[in-house]
Amino acid sequence: MGDVNQAGRARESCMAKAMSKRAHGQLIPISLTINGALSEIEVEPHELLLDVVRERLGLTGAKRSCDVQVCGACTVLLDGRPVSSCTLLAFEARGREVLTIEGLAQNGKLHPLQDAFIEHGGFQCGFCTPGMILTAKTLLDENPDPTEEEVIHFMQGNICRCTGYKKIIESITAAAKKMKKK
Amino acid sequence: MLKRFRLEEPGSVEEAAELLARYGESAKVYAGGTELLLAMKEGLIRYERLINIKQIPDLDQIKLGDGVLRIGALSTHRSLAGSAPLKERLPAFVRMEENVANIRVREVGTIGGNLCFAEPHADPGTLLLVLGAKLTAEKASARREIPIEKFFVGAYETCLEEDEILTGIEMPLAPARSSLAYLKFGYLERPSVGVAVFLALDGEGKSVTDARVAVGCVGPTPKRIEEAESLLKGKGLQDASQALGRAGEVAARASDAISDLHGSQDYKEHIVQVLLKRTFQQAYGRCQSGGESQGELHG
Ligand SMILES: Cc1cc2nc3c(=O)[nH]c(=O)nc-3n(C[C@H](O)[C@H](O)[C@H](O)COP(=O)(O)OP(=O)(O)OC[C@H]3O[C@@H](n4cnc5c(N)ncnc54)[C@H](O)[C@@H]3O)c2cc1C
Ligand code: FES
Ligand code: FES
Repeated sequence: MGDVNQAGRARESCMAKAMSKRAHGQLIPISLTINGALSEIEVEPHELLLDVVRERLGLTGAKRSCDVQVCGACTVLLDGRPVSSCTLLAFEARGREVLTIEGLAQNGKLHPLQDAFIEHGGFQCGFCTPGMILTAKTLLDENPDPTEEEVIHFMQGNICRCTGYKKIIESITAAAKKMKKK
Repeated sequence: MLKRFRLEEPGSVEEAAELLARYGESAKVYAGGTELLLAMKEGLIRYERLINIKQIPDLDQIKLGDGVLRIGALSTHRSLAGSAPLKERLPAFVRMEENVANIRVREVGTIGGNLCFAEPHADPGTLLLVLGAKLTAEKASARREIPIEKFFVGAYETCLEEDEILTGIEMPLAPARSSLAYLKFGYLERPSVGVAVFLALDGEGKSVTDARVAVGCVGPTPKRIEEAESLLKGKGLQDASQALGRAGEVAARASDAISDLHGSQDYKEHIVQVLLKRTFQQAYGRCQSGGESQGELHG
C-alpha cells in the first residue's frame, strides 16, 4: 500500500508541477521602485502594469476605464512621465520608478496640486482625478509656469465627465502659483 | 484581457530577425506596444511570442550629418518632439510630433511602430512623403533602403517582409529658401484628414521652384499627389496662389478618400481642399519670414 501511496503522491506532485506551469508561463523577475519603495516581483510577459499595481500591490488609485489609452484614468508616472498603465506591459517598469496617486502626499501632507484640486473644486466624482493630478504633476515639474494653452495641450489626453475642465485648469494654475511662491 | 505569450529580448537586429524567421507568423515585433497591445487585447490578433526590440542598442538615436537627418525607428514621439536638431532643422516635423495622439501615447509609441502598423489615420507618413524620406529595413543578412512612397501598400499593410525590421528613417535637409507645413483636421482621437506641403522658392522669393503635396488619413494610405504639384511648380507666386483651388480639387480627387466613421467621402474631399490652401499659405509664409533672413529654413 505504501508503494501505491508513494506513486500516487509522485503523480500528484508531477501534476501540480504541470498545473503550475500552465498557471504560470514565463516569469520575468523585475525590481522597481513603487512610490519610493523598492519592490522585487516576478511578472508574466502579458501582465499589464495596471493589474499589477491594483491587484498585486493593492494600489487602487489608478482606474481602468476606456482600456484603449484614450481617457487617462489609468495614468501612473513612469520615471516621472505619464503612461497608460492599462496598455503598458508590467515588465516595462523593470528598473524604473513608478508613482501612483497614493505616493504623492509626503509624510501625511498633501501635494500642492491635491490641495488646489480640493480648494478649487477640480473634481466631482473623482474617477479621473488621480490621472489628472499625476499628469499635472509632470507638467508643473517640467514647466512651472505654464500658460493656459500649455495646460490644455498637456492635459488633452485626460478625460473628465463631470467638471467641464474649467475647474481643473483653474486648480492646476493655482497650484503652479503656489508652488512658485515656495 | 491579454492572452499569454512569450517574450524574447534580442540584443541585435540580426538576432531579432533570426527569431522572426524562425517563428514566422506566430511571432511579432514589439516596440512601444501602443498599437499591438490594443489589437491583442481586443482579440483581433494573437501571437505566441513578442520580440521586444527595445534592447537593441542605438535604434533610438537622432543624428544630423551629411545633409541628412537620421532618426532611429525606436525614437518615441516624445523624444522627436523634444529633439534639438529636429527643432532647429525641421520645426514642422516637431510640431507634427507634438500633436500626435496624447501625452501618454507619445511617451511610449515609436515612429517605427507608427509607420509599420500603417494605420491610415496617422500623421508622420504624410509629412515624410513631401520630405522625400528613405526608410532602412534590415534582416539577418541584408539591408535595403525603401523610398517612403513605396513603403505603404494598403491600410495596415507595408512592403516589409516578415523577418525585416525597420531600423531608421533618413530625411534630406532642405535647400535654402524652402519650407514645410503640415496641418491636420479631426474631432476623433485620431486625425481624419492630413495635408503636407513642401515649397522651395527662387532666390528672390518670387516664384515656386519646387512644390510637393501629400494627403493622408482620408484613404487607405498617405499619397504624394504630383498632379497637384505640377499646377504649382514653376509658377510666380500670384499664379501659384490662383492655382490653389484647382490643385485642391485635383488633390481631393486623387486622395482616394473613403466614407467611414471619420466622415463621408465628399466631406473629406472638401477638407482636403481647405487644408491644402492653408498649408500652402503657411509654408509660403515661413519661406518668406525665416527663409529670407536666415538664408536657410526648413519647416
Ligand atoms: C489613443 C491613440 C491615439 C493616436 N493618435 C494618433 C495621431 O493623432 N496621429 C498619429 O500619427 N498616430 C496616432 N496614434 C498611433 C500612434 O502613433 C502609434 O500607436 C505608435 O506610434 C505606435 O508605435 P509603437 O512603438 O507603440 O508600436 P507597436 O504597437 O509596438 O507596433 C505596431 C506595429 O508595428 C510593428 N513594428 C513596430 N516597430 C517595428 C519595427 N521597428 N520594425 C518592424 N515592425 C515594427 C509591430 O510588429 C506592430 O505590428 C494613436 C494611437 C492611440 C492608441
Ligand atoms: S483606461 Fe487606460 S487610458 Fe483609459
Ligand atoms: S470628476 Fe468625475 S470624471 Fe472627472
